[in-house]
Amino acid sequence: MKLLRHGYLTGPILGALWSLVVATTVAVAMSLFTGDAFRPTLWGGLIAGVALGLACLRFGGRQRLLAPLAVALALLALSAVAGIGPLEIGEGSAPLAAWTGRVATIGFTGLGLWLILEELRPGALTRHEFEEAVIRFLTGFGYIFFTAIVLIPFYVMVMTSLKNQSELMANPLDFTIDLSRGAELFRSYSELMTQYSFGRYLWTSFYVSVLTVLITLAFAIPGAYAVARLRFKGQALFSRSILLIYMVPMIVLALPIYIAFSMTGLRNTIFGIVMIYPVTTIPVALYMLQGYFRGLPAEIEEAGLMDGLSRLKVIWQITLPLSLPALASVSLYVFMIAWNEFLLAFMLLDDPSKYTLTRGIASLNSSEVPRQHLMAGSVIATVPIMVLFLGLERFMTKGLTAGSVKG
Amino acid sequence: MTDATPPIGTGPLAKREARLAWGLLFPTLAAVSLVVILPLLAVFWISFKPVTLADLRPPTPIVREDIRGDLEAPGDEATLRYRLRNSSQDQPILGVTLSDAWPEGLEAGELDPACAIADGRLDCDFGDWEGGQRVTLQIPVTASETYLAGPPATDSAPEMSGSATNVLTSFDFTVENFVRIFDGDEFWSVLGVTLFYTIFGTLGALVMGLFAAMLLNKSFKGQGILRGLYLFPYVAPVIAVAFAWILLFDPFSGSANALLLQMGVTTQAINFFGERPLALIMVTLFEIWRYFPLSFLFILARMQSIDHDMYEAADMDGASPFQKFWYLSLPQLLGILSVLFLLRFIWTFNKFDDIFLLTGGNAGTRVLTVNVYEQAFALSNIGAGAAVAVVIFCCLLLFSVFFFRVMSREEGL
Repeated sequence: MKLLRHGYLTGPILGALWSLVVATTVAVAMSLFTGDAFRPTLWGGLIAGVALGLACLRFGGRQRLLAPLAVALALLALSAVAGIGPLEIGEGSAPLAAWTGRVATIGFTGLGLWLILEELRPGALTRHEFEEAVIRFLTGFGYIFFTAIVLIPFYVMVMTSLKNQSELMANPLDFTIDLSRGAELFRSYSELMTQYSFGRYLWTSFYVSVLTVLITLAFAIPGAYAVARLRFKGQALFSRSILLIYMVPMIVLALPIYIAFSMTGLRNTIFGIVMIYPVTTIPVALYMLQGYFRGLPAEIEEAGLMDGLSRLKVIWQITLPLSLPALASVSLYVFMIAWNEFLLAFMLLDDPSKYTLTRGIASLNSSEVPRQHLMAGSVIATVPIMVLFLGLERFMTKGLTAGSVKG
Repeated sequence: MTDATPPIGTGPLAKREARLAWGLLFPTLAAVSLVVILPLLAVFWISFKPVTLADLRPPTPIVREDIRGDLEAPGDEATLRYRLRNSSQDQPILGVTLSDAWPEGLEAGELDPACAIADGRLDCDFGDWEGGQRVTLQIPVTASETYLAGPPATDSAPEMSGSATNVLTSFDFTVENFVRIFDGDEFWSVLGVTLFYTIFGTLGALVMGLFAAMLLNKSFKGQGILRGLYLFPYVAPVIAVAFAWILLFDPFSGSANALLLQMGVTTQAINFFGERPLALIMVTLFEIWRYFPLSFLFILARMQSIDHDMYEAADMDGASPFQKFWYLSLPQLLGILSVLFLLRFIWTFNKFDDIFLLTGGNAGTRVLTVNVYEQAFALSNIGAGAAVAVVIFCCLLLFSVFFFRVMSREEGL
């Protein structure tokens, strides 16, 4: 380790690693955007990284812009003229794409290294300086890595829904969309809405989720208040059993529920679904709300009691208005669970006229339905919950950390 | 002077409070016990019963009535026919009877000894039926004026009755379900797969969550956007992202394969969700991908509440960044990490949708929860499915004992 802590070594090594990371990222990104053949090269990447890593060190006491810039331009020229560079570009790609790829690779490598190696001297380094540089490298890598793994599946989902099956089979990497097709682009969506009645599924999912939220709150608010505020025998036991129930796997319950619903004729009814969804969410909501109620100052409520309000009035006029933010996050969370619920909808609904959105998507998963329809359905299910979530992210984040770890 | 003593026992106020508490809790208790406790008991009950999907419909006698021949003028002859059968192939029905309105003016010929016509009704008593039994009742009839004026004989629907023992409610128990699921290597391989999936899925999600939390544990422009973005996998419907993954990793038209081929990593397409060890790794990766946001969120919340003075003191003492992480941050995070580990462990263990959607439990990815579905619906053996569910529930009880130990230490719950 001590040997590594030397500017002449740390710089090139981090440079080489960073260059490979950037080259791979740019290659993947360019491939997915243009459909042309981009690939990172090991040796080209290593050479570029080492050269830029050396150039970014603090020669003569301060980091100079000139050396890295010169090296970067030289590398760019080398890759353009001789084809030796961190990125290998396929024959057929357009000049614009090729140049974007080259410039992006070398540019981001240089820029990244400039920041990563900010304080590195060419000579021996202290442990502090060395570790700071490594951490900056890891941070850069982390941002790229997480952003890529999160975005790629969603990107593929959206783009696939805009293409057609034969285009996809011909080149699975070609996600370019032909804007001249205009409204034709959204053909899968309009077909889903007209032929597969996704409009109705959307509406069903929506009102089932809203009803679930309302019923859940109606049950959970009094329950949570009792557990959090009132003293009674078995209170501690009760708090625990909420958590325990919250852990019972749905599949264990789904079997007897399926049997009971089959025998009573509740299968294939929205009523049955609306009856069963809240019960899966009540424990979660109860657990989240009781945590919040505990945090509220009891004095305000006691003042209300002193002034002659009854307990129920205290809940209605004091506690609930105070806990509106918590109610919002619980509602959002419950809405999300109900909206995304798949297992029960899948088991209990067979009648296409009663499908929820998730059940509707599951029915698209057959070889007769083209893939872009499946993805368009997925987009239709994802977009509303994403919009809701991004709009109310603050509540959501709070709600999630308030006591729910369920997934 | 008498000493003031605190009141003993529960006073009227405390009693009233407790009564109110139970009143407020009652709706929840009722709902939860109806949909959680009752089904749990039912699962235990069913797991000891030889029940298949077909048994959910109890055996019933089924009848079809028709007239062979035309009754158009008085004196016409025809045969009134009732075709009866037991809906079940193997279950008996006890005390089967048939009852049908007998139209006025219709003369019956020779009658089956089990039947009698009285007061305008035909009543038959067939006694007990074996499974799969069929009976055809033929009654020669002659029409008269009064009959022809009224509705035809087939207009009234015949009623059948009979009692069958329903397997679900009988006291017929068996341990065959358990013998069956524990029999052979299958159960142990399923358990092994479950443990692999649970342990690596949980650990992976924790480590990734920790990494992501460290990235965002500083304020900079765009931090909120990135935080929202990193939560996407968790918020999106599982069915949508699962299908996106399937498409992405499709062996024929998947982008992942095309990329790998282009980069020269492989020379032929890989069937990510169809090959034996790889499919399990892929579903575990999916689990990590989908649930790292959750760990990330919790760890980030805890990180932001760590006292900053400590780090300043460490800086004064010359601690390096890695030392600060190892000796300061990690011990501070140990509590939330262990709670998260246990909770996620339990919920990953319980996970059904993800694997069911990705592979359907094929290619060596069948975990216990998928096995419940497989036994109950694919193999139509509800009893065996319930037996697997009982096994899951017992594991869960075991975990929760650990959980509450740790939880009460960490959160004073």
